[in-house]
Amino acid sequence: MSAGAVGGHYAYWVTVFLMVAGLYIVVARGNLVKKLIGLSIFQTSVYLLYIGPGKLIGGTAPIVAEGFRVYSNPLPHVLILTAIVVGVATLALGLALVVRIREAYGTIEEDEILDRDREPRGGE
Amino acid sequence: MRSYLVLRVVAKLLIPFMLLFALYVQFHGDFGPGGGFQAGVIGAAAIVFYALIFGLPAAKQLAPEWIVETMVAAGVLLYAGVGVAGILLGGNYLDYFVLDHDPVHGQHRGIFWVEAGVAITVSGVMLKIFYMFAGRRRDADEG
Amino acid sequence: MMAVVTVGIIVQRNLFSVVVLAGVYSFLMATVLVGLDAVDVAMTEASVGAGISTVLLLAALALVGGEEARPLIRPWLPLVLALVVVGALVYGTLGLPAFSDPSAPIHTHVVPRYLNEGLKETGVPNIVTAVLASYRGYDTLGETAVVFTAGAGVIALLRRVRRKD
Repeated sequence: MSAGAVGGHYAYWVTVFLMVAGLYIVVARGNLVKKLIGLSIFQTSVYLLYIGPGKLIGGTAPIVAEGFRVYSNPLPHVLILTAIVVGVATLALGLALVVRIREAYGTIEEDEILDRDREPRGGE
Repeated sequence: MRSYLVLRVVAKLLIPFMLLFALYVQFHGDFGPGGGFQAGVIGAAAIVFYALIFGLPAAKQLAPEWIVETMVAAGVLLYAGVGVAGILLGGNYLDYFVLDHDPVHGQHRGIFWVEAGVAITVSGVMLKIFYMFAGRRRDADEG
Repeated sequence: MMAVVTVGIIVQRNLFSVVVLAGVYSFLMATVLVGLDAVDVAMTEASVGAGISTVLLLAALALVGGEEARPLIRPWLPLVLALVVVGALVYGTLGLPAFSDPSAPIHTHVVPRYLNEGLKETGVPNIVTAVLASYRGYDTLGETAVVFTAGAGVIALLRRVRRKD
């Protein structure tokens, strides 16, 4: 790989690392709140994936003003703004579900919840 | 107990600025970074801060439940209403250029009301969710 | 630095510190976004990610309890899976355009029209607001509806119904 390829793609590799770290938390950890946090890390890595290619070195924020001629791309900003708000909405709903699960099962560890579900329904 | 005094004083200094900043971000969103979402979240955060320092009942006196619940739906209604106004005045749904005598002024009006609707809904939802979480007591036997 | 914070989140078991680390992560992400000239997005990420998210997580932790159990199985399979996915994704991103390449497809289709005509057609210098509220107004209507639905969902899940017995 030439140095140009490495320098030009470093942003993507950071994105990939964060994405896989978030995915790992969701898959490999049993605590429900931690899974939700892992999901939000995954979502933020996707923001980087979209906004990174929009940046032009030497450009400025996409607000039209006197004296600036090169602007960074505004389209990914718009999409990601929506994505951030939808992400927090998902987080809020997920946390509400976790609170209800805790009240119903008494725990928020995934394996304990599955065990409790597998028990024969005796004295509930 | 003395540390609570520091928190209360700092909160009393900061909360008016937070609310003002939320309004500034909302209306200045055309010329700088900002807009409806950021303003709604900052406004809700100011009330949440108030609730954290002075207690949930005090915050519920400041922003009563029924007002917050109404805000949640009113913002979406406002946004959709701007679209319907576009139809009533002769254009398609969510056309802004028919809203005023001049297309650019029509865009200004449309964007203003749309961003206001977004800010109302977002701040209402964030505050309502906080009320729901904070108002729920942790008893093991209530289901 | 974000990688360090992320590894801390993975390894830490006390959920309160995990929530604080998540807030730090959000702030770092907002700073990176400012460096990428995405000022609107940075403001939203800072206020939403480091503000509201942290408050909601803390409120949920107060209701749920703050310690994660020790994992029973050693997670070798997910780790191997993660490394395989890393390899596949890195191989995939090699085909993407290099950082800050002005001839990338993202810069050439509809964006020059937004940047050049935006101020004239909408009278709003902030192109992100112009696109969000005017050119792509339908998407923002959908997003507001999503926020409303989330609020309605939380109300439905957490409302206490008074039982009459």
